[in-house]
Amino acid sequence: MSLSKIKFDKKIVLSFWVILIALIIAAPTLLPVFRLNLLGRYLSLSIVALGVDLIWGYTGLLSLGQGIFFALGGYCAAMYLQITSSSEFPNNIPEFFALYGVEKLPFFWEPFRSPVFTFFAIWIIPALVAGLIGFLVFRNRIKGVYFSILTQASLLVFFNFFNGQQKLINGTNGLKTDVTQLFGQMVGSESMQRLFFWITAILVIAAWFFAKWVVKGRFGNILIGIRDDEPRVRFTGYNPVIFKTIIFSIAGGLAGISGALYTVQSGIVSPQFMTVPFSIEMVIWVAVGGRGTLLGAILGAVFINYAKSLVSEALPASWMFIQGGLFILVVTALPEGVLGWIQGDGPRNLLQRFGLKRKIETYPSLEVKNKEGNNE
Amino acid sequence: MNNKDLLNLIDITVSFEGFLALNKLNLNLKKGELRAVIGPNGAGKTTFLDVITGKVKPTKGEVIFKGKSLVGRKEHKIARLGVGRKFQSPRIFENLTVKENLEISVTTPKSPLNLINKSIKDEQLNEIERLMKIVNLAQKVDSKAGSLSHGQKQWLEIAMLVGQKPDLMLVDEPVAGLTDEETDLTADLLKSLSGENTVVVIDHDMEFIRRLDSNVSVLNQGTVLCEGTMETIQNDKKVIDVYLGRPED
Repeated sequence: MSLSKIKFDKKIVLSFWVILIALIIAAPTLLPVFRLNLLGRYLSLSIVALGVDLIWGYTGLLSLGQGIFFALGGYCAAMYLQITSSSEFPNNIPEFFALYGVEKLPFFWEPFRSPVFTFFAIWIIPALVAGLIGFLVFRNRIKGVYFSILTQASLLVFFNFFNGQQKLINGTNGLKTDVTQLFGQMVGSESMQRLFFWITAILVIAAWFFAKWVVKGRFGNILIGIRDDEPRVRFTGYNPVIFKTIIFSIAGGLAGISGALYTVQSGIVSPQFMTVPFSIEMVIWVAVGGRGTLLGAILGAVFINYAKSLVSEALPASWMFIQGGLFILVVTALPEGVLGWIQGDGPRNLLQRFGLKRKIETYPSLEVKNKEGNNE
Repeated sequence: MNNKDLLNLIDITVSFEGFLALNKLNLNLKKGELRAVIGPNGAGKTTFLDVITGKVKPTKGEVIFKGKSLVGRKEHKIARLGVGRKFQSPRIFENLTVKENLEISVTTPKSPLNLINKSIKDEQLNEIERLMKIVNLAQKVDSKAGSLSHGQKQWLEIAMLVGQKPDLMLVDEPVAGLTDEETDLTADLLKSLSGENTVVVIDHDMEFIRRLDSNVSVLNQGTVLCEGTMETIQNDKKVIDVYLGRPED
């Protein structure tokens, strides 16, 4: 595996931040609310993508089940909104219960009356579930493709369970949030959606700093060590099970936050969040953006999803082909993703190939100083 | 078995679905000893290391290290007890720099909490500097380990092993693919490590083993055929038979 721990030039990182912050500040005034809401949703997806990058790009755990934790976060947020807005309905419980003849609120809804509980539940519940699943899997030394299959199977278990529980969580219909109230305002209203956009933008940046902090230094190096040679880590005296459980749990928590933000901006959470293709898409965003770069995960999630909505508006049936093609292109031509390619001097090599830029004709060793960190 | 022994292997048998990789192997190591282990291909040399480091659980027998049984312990626990291992082909973390590789090895305690919220201790940084000087990698501090030459990788792995400060160092073919000069330096390095540490070296290279000037154990068909100085070994009839083959076979 030639995947390197890519260190970006200060200039690239700085210019990225300037552009990003300028865009975020400008977006609410430039974009119509519909587009702004889409951007907010895609930014929230970039948080789950950051988690995928932590576990896959850094630690080598290809999870195809991040949808579980994403949906759990969404359900936590939606349950709170539904229950606090249920005073006008019979029995003071959310409206859908009446459809199935339920008169008493199921016990697990009760704590979601508390905003404080919900605030913590959104990320702690998915993190705990991820930690539990992770610990059981990692302890038994299940890895590689078996790990991927297992996470996908877990996803299907959760999907089917949520789908079938009409009396508990409205089953396949999901929980709507856009007509619920928060701070005395309708969640689906324009002003609330603007607020959610800001919250999302801030949380994306916070999540990026958090992920950066996790992978910097020795902890991150151990994750890379586990990815590249797990037995060696073990023989050096580290217990990979603990490290993998922690990082999988962190990714789960990020997925939960992401799911909650996505839910309030799309107006509904349903078992559709736990379909197989959606969780695979999360992996594609990271693969296209660039594994092990963090920045690539954010850019991948936002740009692919924005492209998806633009393409789908123009040519409704073609998106799946384009997405498939994009994935094949990345796997075959840009195995380190777009950011990895840029950082690996990809653009210059391409220009050289077309004769637009002169080759540098010195010994590679003389160039090492400029290229430090990009050695294949 | 006596108190001065660091490691005792008692009647170790490892059976892989009927095939006996090790067959009632007995071996004792004193503290501070340098021991070479040789043997033909398939003699069980690597399995012998796997048993000590916990990678393979013996079917029968007992491994006693510093008075404690190692059988059934997890690899990382055995490593923390003080058993370090260098692998046959250099196994270093190629995507990390030389310094980061050494940081991983010298860091204690090896818990996630310590790694994530504390920076590395000064004495550990000094240790890294010292190790890099010993193995001549000081000017490569921030190079990716993957960009090192084969010999440098071998040495980096040896430095990582030393950085772990193990009581027992298990070194599997440290000179495979090295130049003569590098081989000599490696032999001197390993000799200088014994005394303070207990070192077991596995290798085929007879010149190298001779240079180590240590006691030698010869493995054959999963058991210790003969033990003694290089001279004793070379004049032993059984060893000659194994290495040269018996006419009637």
